Amino acid sequence: MQAPTELGWWGVPIAVVGGTIRVSTPYLFVSLGETLTEKGGRINLGLEGTLVMGAMSAYATAYATGSPWLGVLVAGTVGALLGLLHGLACNLPRVNDIAVGIALFLLGTGLAFYLGKPYIEPVAPQLPSLALGAWSAYPQIRAALEINPLFFIGVALAPLMRWGLGNTRCGLIVRTVGDNADAARTLGYSVERVRALGTMAGGFLAGIGGSFLSLYYPGTWNEGLSSGQGLMAVTLVIFARWNPVACFYVSLLFGGATALGPALQSVGITANYYLYGAAPYALTLALLIWSSSTKHALVGAPSELTISK
Amino acid sequence: MLARSSAETATISAAALLLSLALFGGFVALRGLNPLEVYSALFAGAFGNWFAIQYTLTQAAPLMLTGLCTAIPARAGLLVIGGEGALVMGGVATVLAGAGLTGVPALLGIPILCLAGAAGGGLWIGAAGALRQWRGVNETIATLLLNYIAIAVMNHLVSGPIRDFSQVLKPASWPIPEHLRLGDMPGTSIHWGLAAGILVCLLAWVLMRKTTFGFAVDVLGGNVRAAQLVGLPIARIVLTATVLAGAAAGLAGAFEVVAVHGFASASLAVGFGYTGILVAFLARQSPLGVILVSILLGGISASGGLLQRHFGLPDAATLVLRGILFVVVLASNTVYGRFRLFQGRAV
Repeated sequence: MQAPTELGWWGVPIAVVGGTIRVSTPYLFVSLGETLTEKGGRINLGLEGTLVMGAMSAYATAYATGSPWLGVLVAGTVGALLGLLHGLACNLPRVNDIAVGIALFLLGTGLAFYLGKPYIEPVAPQLPSLALGAWSAYPQIRAALEINPLFFIGVALAPLMRWGLGNTRCGLIVRTVGDNADAARTLGYSVERVRALGTMAGGFLAGIGGSFLSLYYPGTWNEGLSSGQGLMAVTLVIFARWNPVACFYVSLLFGGATALGPALQSVGITANYYLYGAAPYALTLALLIWSSSTKHALVGAPSELTISK
Repeated sequence: MLARSSAETATISAAALLLSLALFGGFVALRGLNPLEVYSALFAGAFGNWFAIQYTLTQAAPLMLTGLCTAIPARAGLLVIGGEGALVMGGVATVLAGAGLTGVPALLGIPILCLAGAAGGGLWIGAAGALRQWRGVNETIATLLLNYIAIAVMNHLVSGPIRDFSQVLKPASWPIPEHLRLGDMPGTSIHWGLAAGILVCLLAWVLMRKTTFGFAVDVLGGNVRAAQLVGLPIARIVLTATVLAGAAAGLAGAFEVVAVHGFASASLAVGFGYTGILVAFLARQSPLGVILVSILLGGISASGGLLQRHFGLPDAATLVLRGILFVVVLASNTVYGRFRLFQGRAV
């Protein structure tokens, strides 16, 4: 058998696979949350702020209590509160959901930097991971297959959400509100309440996505922790055509694009590092251009969405 | 009618500002601070003395230009939030143009640098306008993504292709020629970007309020169908509005290079573009309002240092106030037209 360190160029694809699984998890949670919100007919562009706030509150909680899982829960709760704020603000007549999202993006990051200042130095306990690569002699493979349980929760959540939206009474109400608000009103449902709750649930998931950033990978809290992942996840939903299962595949694609730069760096290729950093944004933009058209609304979009009108 | 609606705008905006300050006061009270003392420090740090005022105006200068980047397209019904990226691209374009101007006299070279910055930003946001017009791409999401792409491109350029290796502390581009640098306005420590910002806002006001183009933009923003029916050249309006918007933010980037830093680096992307979005909303897309609101928000960020020194508040405290203000201002949209006071004097 080869010496474990002599994987050579194979190190790149293996690092990309491992990196993809790690990096895609926050994308997955944010995009699932945003799918839920958008199915009800609203866009929350503020999930970037929710993500950062979730990361900070999870880290602070884990540091203060010693329990990272409690941190995950607190992150979700904080995310739900931010979502509720978005939902309530947009329930007011003539208040634009996209603009409120931008405001909450700035408020969320500002709050997180403000409240999180004391937690930049201390080290908080991290979430445990499952060592699925223990069978391998190669440290690279073992490292790539260290997988966080949150990833599996997200993987299970995607088909569950798809089933729930398609087959349950709740799911039907959400879709009705998102596709035809007048019909929903005629049936006696409060469009505002359903949308506020949908945004709240979406915020909960995005907050959990944030806890993954600070409590697992990269596993630290600082002001540069998230650089637009929350925002890209919102765009990712368009490409996934509001289908939770497709969100999972597209999250993997985005995770891969983000993992490429660090993977190349790990084998010593550091040239153009910043350009690889732009890859996920450029990919998002390219996908957005590809899926848009002036002739028709975005395919699969809930028809009450402001961007499909 | 115009006077009445500006009275309504002024009243509601002032009320939103007061409510935001009250919420922020409650927020700092949670830390055991006296809100009144924080307010007084906020004011002192922003407008308390000539030194503070100069710093406030320096902060306000780029905000006027990035504010226009959101305000102009918003009048045409587009929500453009790419001021940060356009500013960065403007700064990069300025540095690139500077490389070819070593022998050119300042009187000619500095305007060329400003034009280069405006062109860089204009093409950047104009591209989003073109995508919107011919491909139906949502301009809000596109411009937000372009911000991140612009910053990545700049980081790439200043860490290699245009890096000045004599600067060891942080990656920075090579400097523009020394004789093309603009200093401060005489007798002050405020750079010339302020004069440029005010001038461009005034020009934008003339363009939007006194020309056919401005009227066409407002018609398009009010009702797309109506604009189509009367045969307005919609593609040209969208493209012009987005190019002008980007040019304004690009000019802000040019002044950050020509009058402040002398080179491009990560210090271009410090959030002027994002605060500009708030400026535009608070000014309700009026170019003259942009001037006033920029000074106000410039004051808030200028006072961050004083809050930090006096009360030990993190420098992000002003970001929190900015965020609260943004949410309250948007929510206040709902009360327009609800007060009889502003409607009573009609006819």
